[in-house]
Amino acid sequence: MMKEKLIGFLQNKWSQVILFTLFVVITSLSLYLSQKSVVAFLLLLASLLILYYMKLKNLTKWIIGGGILFILLPMASSGGPAFQSYMEVATMVGIYVAMALGLNIVVGLAGLLDLGFVAFFAVGAYSYAIFATPQASNFMPFGSYPLGGESFWIFLIIGGICAAIAGVLIGIPVLRVKGDYLAIVTLGFGEIIRIVFNNLDRPVNFTNGAMGISSVTPPSIFGIQLVFPHHFYFVTLVILAFTIFAVLRFEHSKLGRSWKAVRENEIAAQAMGIPLVKTKLLAFALGATFSGMMGVVFAAKQAFIDPTSFTLLESFTILVMVVLGGMGSVPGVILGAALVTILNLQVLTELTNWVNQLTLNGIINVPDALSPAKMQKLIFGLLLVIFALYRPIGLIPAKNKKFDEKKLKTNRLAIDRENTVAIDKDNV
Amino acid sequence: MLQELLFSLPQVLIDGLALGAIYAVVALGYTMVYGILQLINFAHGEIFMTGAFIGTGFFIMLMGMSWAAAIPQLLLFIIVILITASFTGLIGVGMERVAYRPLRGAPRLIPLITAIGISFILQDVIRFIAELTTGRYILTGPSLFSDQITISFSSISSWFNNASFKTSFLIVLITAILLMVALDYFVNRTKWGTAIRAVSLDRETASLMSINVNKVISTTFFVGSALGGATGVLFAMQYGTIDPYIGFILGLKAFIAAVLGGIGNIRGAMLGGILLGVMEMFAAANLSVLTGGIFGAEYKDVFAFAILIIVLIFRPEGLLGKPTAEKV
Repeated sequence: MMKEKLIGFLQNKWSQVILFTLFVVITSLSLYLSQKSVVAFLLLLASLLILYYMKLKNLTKWIIGGGILFILLPMASSGGPAFQSYMEVATMVGIYVAMALGLNIVVGLAGLLDLGFVAFFAVGAYSYAIFATPQASNFMPFGSYPLGGESFWIFLIIGGICAAIAGVLIGIPVLRVKGDYLAIVTLGFGEIIRIVFNNLDRPVNFTNGAMGISSVTPPSIFGIQLVFPHHFYFVTLVILAFTIFAVLRFEHSKLGRSWKAVRENEIAAQAMGIPLVKTKLLAFALGATFSGMMGVVFAAKQAFIDPTSFTLLESFTILVMVVLGGMGSVPGVILGAALVTILNLQVLTELTNWVNQLTLNGIINVPDALSPAKMQKLIFGLLLVIFALYRPIGLIPAKNKKFDEKKLKTNRLAIDRENTVAIDKDNV
Repeated sequence: MLQELLFSLPQVLIDGLALGAIYAVVALGYTMVYGILQLINFAHGEIFMTGAFIGTGFFIMLMGMSWAAAIPQLLLFIIVILITASFTGLIGVGMERVAYRPLRGAPRLIPLITAIGISFILQDVIRFIAELTTGRYILTGPSLFSDQITISFSSISSWFNNASFKTSFLIVLITAILLMVALDYFVNRTKWGTAIRAVSLDRETASLMSINVNKVISTTFFVGSALGGATGVLFAMQYGTIDPYIGFILGLKAFIAAVLGGIGNIRGAMLGGILLGVMEMFAAANLSVLTGGIFGAEYKDVFAFAILIIVLIFRPEGLLGKPTAEKV
């Protein structure tokens, strides 16, 4: 009886709203007042997940979510010296979410296992880094480099286009092979791009090789230079909003439906008149675009890039995000990317510090080999195996849009009737 | 230019053969599993790496014991290789049982993902163990069979340079050839081999012919992983230093070798391995000569992947494979 009442209470829209508001207010206040509380920061982020499950209209959810991310989160965490580190983490989450959404198009929607996805991120990052440093004057016959900070905004588009071109170039030879081969070939391409960037300091110095490119010009807007993490937080957020919007639109478009058809059965899809190569290439190109854009942001934020940021592990990390969240599901992938990034940047580092502290105090003796920061691979491996075995659909499974059969029928009848009426009128 | 190529050719051939023999035996593991399950066992490279660590561990352990010094090195080597092979074979069987068998009916993407997961787990577990016991994860084995032998090719013709190698090269080559011959015999002449071939042709019909399919698949994994582990020991002996991350790239190269020879085809894998090893060494030695210094030896991995892509585009069935049509 009590349980039913509780469930009924929780199912009610207004009680949900009240509880949610309470939760958000408490977490933001505690974040504002006690600066060191990572838990409050994470709980405030988690409020978005709660929001996702609430019984509200979609538009309302978007507005509330946007409000929390754009206003509340930066305000609440701005109360002290840890502000920039929170913003840094949030920016990285945003970058990885956008990349995971890009990979989700390729793996989740089109069913093409791409294991070299970080290559596109690298292309985007290098495209900005080369032109925003004196590096470009090594091979460009005209113009003066580095370009100013305003060029960042143009490079967001150029980086995306470069990555898309790379996607198509990789896609053309690769898409003739299937399934498992595709995985290996893309893996190979990811490695090739890294090796090429690593060695492209000779004969002409394009990328400065293993030394990397440093002091990338910070972006600027209206004369303000963007250098702090909270600047990049807002930039990332805007791009992320655009990415989510675009990905959702793509998923329910004709193209999105053809991706799913290709994923389910290539031969059947082809028989239904879906151009196989074009559909797959578009998946590659669009997925790469988002990754490339975030690469530009990454290069500007770090102000230094070198080939070690674009290793195989990075590609696999993005894959873990997609598998964990749920292949093909946009909310799932966002959740997966956020979880993995926070695990990487916050939880593991905090745990390592804690373990080190304990070891220093002599309470327990954890050997260096077992320090949590080094466990990344083991955790990823376990996550991949466990999820693939027991929950291949991920944390938030993908849902297909449901169409009401009756409604569709009546709609069509109405259209038919209008047409016949029109024809009748013509006849009269 | 030709002169330079010829000059270094003997050494390139010898190094290439050693590397190629290792690729070939590892490629066998890929090809056998692919032949029977149509699955790329991504974790096979890690099995190879595990074998290298187990073997080196045993060598270090045995070298520390006084009575082991009395045993001839060759016998010691054979014992270590047998123990390592059975260990890695069992790991392979366990891996199949845990990560692949439950997924046999699942979409093909899913087992690939578990394979990646398993290879991550193996890498990290090996790193833990190595780092816990020795303090660092890069391990250097005892140097065995390290006498230098020089063949003076220059006395044959002044075109060639002398080539030198360690005795271990001969052991690697001979062991690899023995392993390959034994496998070829096992697959083509024994009852179990016939069962493996039957299952890879048609799993359902084979099970109707009273073949225990699960057992056959387990056997395949055992044999493939045992070969992989044994090669790990050979690798550790030939190149000295090992770390937990050697398996990934080497596994990929071995996979390329398997595709080059025709995946699913055992003799093809052997041919592909040797070819790839020699070509890679050739590229490493001569790329900078051939391209006038633009590309150096660091592009040798790119070269290997380029071979894979070219093969997949122009002859996806490989050198010795038969083209198959896809059925609806």
